[in-house]
Amino acid sequence: MNILRFITAGSVDDGKSTLIGRLLYDSKSILTDQLEQLEKQSKNRNDAGIDLALLTDGLRAEREQGITIDVAYRYFSTPKRKFIIADAPGHVQYTRNMITGASNAELIIILIDARQGVVEQTRRHSIIASLLRIPHVVVAINKMDLMDFSQDVFNNIVIDYSAVANQLGLHHVSYFPISALQGDNIVDPSANMPWYEGPPLLQYLEDLPLQTDHNHELPRFQVQFVIRPQTPELHDYRGYAGRIASGIYRQGEEVTVLPSGLKSRIRSIEIGGKPVEEAFAPQSVVIQLEDDLDISRGDILVTGAVLPEVTTESEVLLCWMDEKPLQPGNKYILQHQSRQVRAMVRNLHSRVDVNTLQEVALDGPVSLNEIVKARIKTAAPLAVDRYASLRHNGAAILVDETSNNTVAALLFT
Amino acid sequence: MQDYQLDYLSELEAESVHIFREIAAQFEKPALLFSGGKDSITLVHLARKAFAPDRIPFPLVHIDTGHNFPEALEFRDALAKEVGATLIVRKVEDTIRQRKLTEPKGKFASRNWLQTYTLLDTIEEFGFDACIGGARRDEEKARAKERIFSVRDEFGQWNPKLQRPELWNIFNGRIHKGENVRVFPISNWTELDIWNYIRAENIALPSIYFAHEREVVDHEGQWVAVSEFVRLDPGDLVTRKKVRYRTVGDMTCTAAVESTASNLDEVITEIQATRISERGETRIDDKVTEAAMEDRKKNGYF
Repeated sequence: MNILRFITAGSVDDGKSTLIGRLLYDSKSILTDQLEQLEKQSKNRNDAGIDLALLTDGLRAEREQGITIDVAYRYFSTPKRKFIIADAPGHVQYTRNMITGASNAELIIILIDARQGVVEQTRRHSIIASLLRIPHVVVAINKMDLMDFSQDVFNNIVIDYSAVANQLGLHHVSYFPISALQGDNIVDPSANMPWYEGPPLLQYLEDLPLQTDHNHELPRFQVQFVIRPQTPELHDYRGYAGRIASGIYRQGEEVTVLPSGLKSRIRSIEIGGKPVEEAFAPQSVVIQLEDDLDISRGDILVTGAVLPEVTTESEVLLCWMDEKPLQPGNKYILQHQSRQVRAMVRNLHSRVDVNTLQEVALDGPVSLNEIVKARIKTAAPLAVDRYASLRHNGAAILVDETSNNTVAALLFT
Repeated sequence: MQDYQLDYLSELEAESVHIFREIAAQFEKPALLFSGGKDSITLVHLARKAFAPDRIPFPLVHIDTGHNFPEALEFRDALAKEVGATLIVRKVEDTIRQRKLTEPKGKFASRNWLQTYTLLDTIEEFGFDACIGGARRDEEKARAKERIFSVRDEFGQWNPKLQRPELWNIFNGRIHKGENVRVFPISNWTELDIWNYIRAENIALPSIYFAHEREVVDHEGQWVAVSEFVRLDPGDLVTRKKVRYRTVGDMTCTAAVESTASNLDEVITEIQATRISERGETRIDDKVTEAAMEDRKKNGYF
């Protein structure tokens, strides 16, 4: 049994909350007392029946205003898999939250209202999926019950969306005709749509192979913390603790330390205090080396022939996430995994239109939710990969050191 | 053949260990808030794994309401000793006396809410900049929205509308003086994940998690243990039942579940079959208002 993390994108009107409610309800993850609470709240609102969408609105402000403000995480399990849903709001003013939810997702469910077809919001969500390189895309064409479960309606939307997917380079796309409200093609094949021959949505989510999503070719390991017990019996112990971002590490292998370029060999690998011969992403391990080198938090141990680029200047895709606009001359703290260095945004090249993916000239400050192409300069070298090839070693955040807020997401290009 | 796929419990463990190491690296004075329940016992187990072969590099802090199960307190002391961690205990009773607070009244007078005062005083007394808690996002609606690194202002307050974006595995723990961060390493675990992990890792638990005989009294359909902290009214029917606890909180606000499960396998079978949520079945204090947890968190609660 493994874990699938996915994000759902869509607005309240698309039936996103109803779909999540349906998945939780049909997988029996909603329990009796939660259902009773739901019934009570549904009554409070003079609604008829249970509103599955109410389940996913966590905060009072959200319930009062009937909107989703922030990413909420939901959990359900089937005998085959554990699922973690990042339930993100869909409107353009919440692009920040959607990127947050998408950053750890291996799959995105894009909801399309069968009555509306592909709309601007569908394009925007697909663009974010493509920028953040979410490996799998599920297009859930919802409210089929309102379109007489028509195969033609479904086929036409598939044709329209395929054009979008091709343009964005989304390769792994699957389509499902569903009714979240009535449960068609969610858990069981729909009797209303005998023309649909694919699996129901949940079965697809359960059976989707995931092992190809972790890169096992390019080993990357950043040191988070140095373990030095300094007790009499462990006097010389010096272990580098961290989480393998990608690849496989084996005892005896030669490693290069970046950014210094020093070399050594892996003496031992431990997980939870127990020695292992090899370890792989995303395991958290402790690595000891043969030589006593000067290595500290933020240094990267790599093996193999393909090394990350060690550089103080990088081209990035930058998504601005703060209420205050980006100040080009300001210094920020850049955090790349655990490594923090001072940085500044050197050049702003262009703005990426999140509705068309077209690059447009910058005409004014970069404000909340905007995505720009930029050049970043750091005070100390970083060992980074391109985000497109290695997600975790190709991403970073910017922190405003006066407010301490996380103000930008960076993808190295 | 090795397929380089992690089992879900190993992946959850790897994520929690990563979070623990970020805490140790980013903060000067972290503390692990230890309640004596299964979630904080699991936290201690994960912290040991994160820093092995060294000791856990921060103290365990227990905010003691004075209404604890004696079994949980014994277990707490033994565990702290076993892992070689400093145990700091601060009592709500002392806060009530020093700050002249009003003791809650009523049949099941719960000091649960007053813990916030003691917690904030303890944070100030020791200058803790990060408090590690065992909250899980599956427990409750407000918790589903909370970050793993949850920044609190100098009053300990959570502002759900102004949370920092938390991207990839990057945790921003930078704070101003006086602020602190609540960190939740098991955010992504569910109740059943915790139980399955406890079984897989053979983690010891206090005996009250398993079926035992106890005198209980009915409170709106929930069984509450008879103790010196619960006022018995005329007409209360005290019965002797075979029960276990699904969560371990205060004796005044934690209800027991009728059960014959005497080992982990049986407990897990019962939890898999139950149709009632953990907090719904066992916590008397969460039912007060629809937004009870959200309100408490905004005021500095765990």
